[in-house]
Amino acid sequence: MSKHWYMITLVGKDRPGIVAHVTHALYDGGCHLGETSMIRLGTSFTMMMMVQYAGTTKALQKVLQSEVESLDLHLHIDHIEGGLHHHHQPDVRISIYGADRPGIVAHATGALTEAGLDILDLTSDVGGTEDAPIYIMHIEGCANEGVPALRSALDIIKKEGVETQLTPIDTLVG
Amino acid sequence: MTPWSAEVAVSLEIIQYPDERLKQVSAPVEIFDTELQHFVAELEKIMRAGPGGVGIAAPQVGYFQRIVIVDVSGMRKLPVDSSNNGCMLLINPEITEWNGMVMGREGCMSVPDFTGNVIRAEKVSFTAFDEQGKQHKFNSEGYEARAVQHEVDHLDGMLFLDRLVSRRTDLFKRKVSSR
Repeated sequence: MSKHWYMITLVGKDRPGIVAHVTHALYDGGCHLGETSMIRLGTSFTMMMMVQYAGTTKALQKVLQSEVESLDLHLHIDHIEGGLHHHHQPDVRISIYGADRPGIVAHATGALTEAGLDILDLTSDVGGTEDAPIYIMHIEGCANEGVPALRSALDIIKKEGVETQLTPIDTLVG
Repeated sequence: MTPWSAEVAVSLEIIQYPDERLKQVSAPVEIFDTELQHFVAELEKIMRAGPGGVGIAAPQVGYFQRIVIVDVSGMRKLPVDSSNNGCMLLINPEITEWNGMVMGREGCMSVPDFTGNVIRAEKVSFTAFDEQGKQHKFNSEGYEARAVQHEVDHLDGMLFLDRLVSRRTDLFKRKVSSR
């Protein structure tokens, strides 16, 4: 039977051992992992995994059923194309931070996208205190219309009261 | 006899991880002869044939002798504030001073389709021998210093994969000044 690629999404209350339990179940079920991302957001466990598997979506759900129930996780599975070994390399890194308020991500990414940024990786954290939270966002991407266009976009974003920093990524190949 | 005879040198090709040979420590060069010069010329050809390659170490082509070449002078977009020494042949290099720390992105001809963030010294001082066996002193900073550290690591069986830092480590550009 030919193998297919699936994207597995798991969300639930974070606790120690989830990754080990889930990946062991996948291994025992004959799955092969591709690229994965696991991160704790707030108090939630979140994980996305590329998984290569010979069976159907339903069969893959069964592989994880026991772990999903015992760990009280939400499971979602999509059939995907795979596509390993086609990394895009970022050429710019952008940090944006400021007092937390609605719209920071929407306004910043909107302006940067218009200026030619292809976002490859974005993470954000809320730090500070409950009374005075700060929002910290970190982006890596490709400046398809050049760095000056992004700097101009950041100048506009700064007027909304956030700090920004752009660093070109000059990847060394040795 | 040196380990890089002319017959072998013409068949040089980049070896890629997970080839375990990349993890071994290379031996110092002891004989500075015409065969060494021939090998160095071939090594430089391989470096220049690679896309964007600014450095190469002998173990990357399966020769476990302490030889590296670094040349960032031809980069299309040499980062601002980045001086360089031109093309450097470094035989038995020894880094003697490290100053500052800076995060940068690295890839490697021996590790295709992956790049990652690595913290390196911002400035390094080092000694190395040329192909005639004469010792020289160098100072490098910025991008060239990064390249030197990356290549010297190869001589000790270290890949940039051994020095990766988390993507989330670098929320802000980090710079630690030297003491």
